[in-house]
Amino acid sequence: MASPAPIDSAPRDASPPTPLQLFLAFAKIGLTSFGGGLSGWMMREFVQRRAWLSEGEFLSGLALAQAFPGVNVVNLAIWIGFRLRGGAGALVSALGLTVPAMMVAVAVLVGFSAAAKSHHVHVALAGVAAAAVGLSLQMGLRAARRATQSVAAIAIMVMTFVGIFFLRLPLLWVVGTMAPLSIGLAYLRVRAREGT
Amino acid sequence: MNWKALLEVVLVFVPLSFLTVGGGQSIVADVHRQSVDVYGWMSNAAFMDLYALSRILPGPGALLVTLVGWQAAGLAGALVASAAIFIPSSLLVYGLAHLWTRFREKPAIRAIEAGLIPVATGMVLAASCTVLRVAEGGIWAWVVAAASTAALMLTRVSPFLLLGLGGVVFLVALA
Repeated sequence: MASPAPIDSAPRDASPPTPLQLFLAFAKIGLTSFGGGLSGWMMREFVQRRAWLSEGEFLSGLALAQAFPGVNVVNLAIWIGFRLRGGAGALVSALGLTVPAMMVAVAVLVGFSAAAKSHHVHVALAGVAAAAVGLSLQMGLRAARRATQSVAAIAIMVMTFVGIFFLRLPLLWVVGTMAPLSIGLAYLRVRAREGT
Repeated sequence: MNWKALLEVVLVFVPLSFLTVGGGQSIVADVHRQSVDVYGWMSNAAFMDLYALSRILPGPGALLVTLVGWQAAGLAGALVASAAIFIPSSLLVYGLAHLWTRFREKPAIRAIEAGLIPVATGMVLAASCTVLRVAEGGIWAWVVAAASTAALMLTRVSPFLLLGLGGVVFLVALA
């Protein structure tokens, strides 16, 4: 495995990754993401380390992947794969994320299912999961740094957070209200900038 | 081959493919109901074991479905269940990605992309905090998550190291 490149100064790669590179990159995420936080892993791997996507492309893809039915991270893999390599890219990305992890899952079920009942494994995994939240949080904080360039964007971000976390409103209500509002504001900005 | 069980697997998981929202937790209750009460593929205890196992494995949490398929109808069941949960919703997203690329330069599409970013940011932050609110370990979960966030923001430390440390901290503090 290559040693990690500098995170924030990675140059943007001109040529898109090959399907094999995509498959391996997603397989790595599928096989190493203990404790969850998969989209945080993806952002770290594809935006910060390999610079295959910009942060903005990744985040809007993430929002769409969450808004659509289906498993978020699989949706996101299809989205990213399609962006980078069209239909073949979408296919290998989704397969890379799921198939190796599935094979491991079945192998473990057959061989070591007793491990899941161990109290120590359970406690250690809770700790791994807590650390994995750090991956999501750093993704959110990096995104927030980027979103805080306009007052409207900050307001949308804060209201979304408050609605979900403090008011515990259903996700679909919050996104269903905030997304059209935010998109409408962005549309006005796009039109104003282009002077039409 | 147990064709009846395979057909049942398809009937259970294809509709759930479109009902999955988020990480896959939204369908766990229904997977439980159908595989234990409706079709009797396994006992309640066996389901809880599979659920616990799916939590300790890497990869999408929805791999629980693969394990349930295996329990219901062996290798063919695992393959069919995985295909049934992942493929239908994937085709939908694939279609969306296709349309998106075609109209990418339109102001409306660019506005959607820009407008979704602050919403996604709020969602990601809220989801992380929600996970911590219900996490085992109470204050320790917040401490570990905060330390790991700071390390990831400020240093180039490997996330693996942080995950391992999180596990060790919990073992020392709580076990």
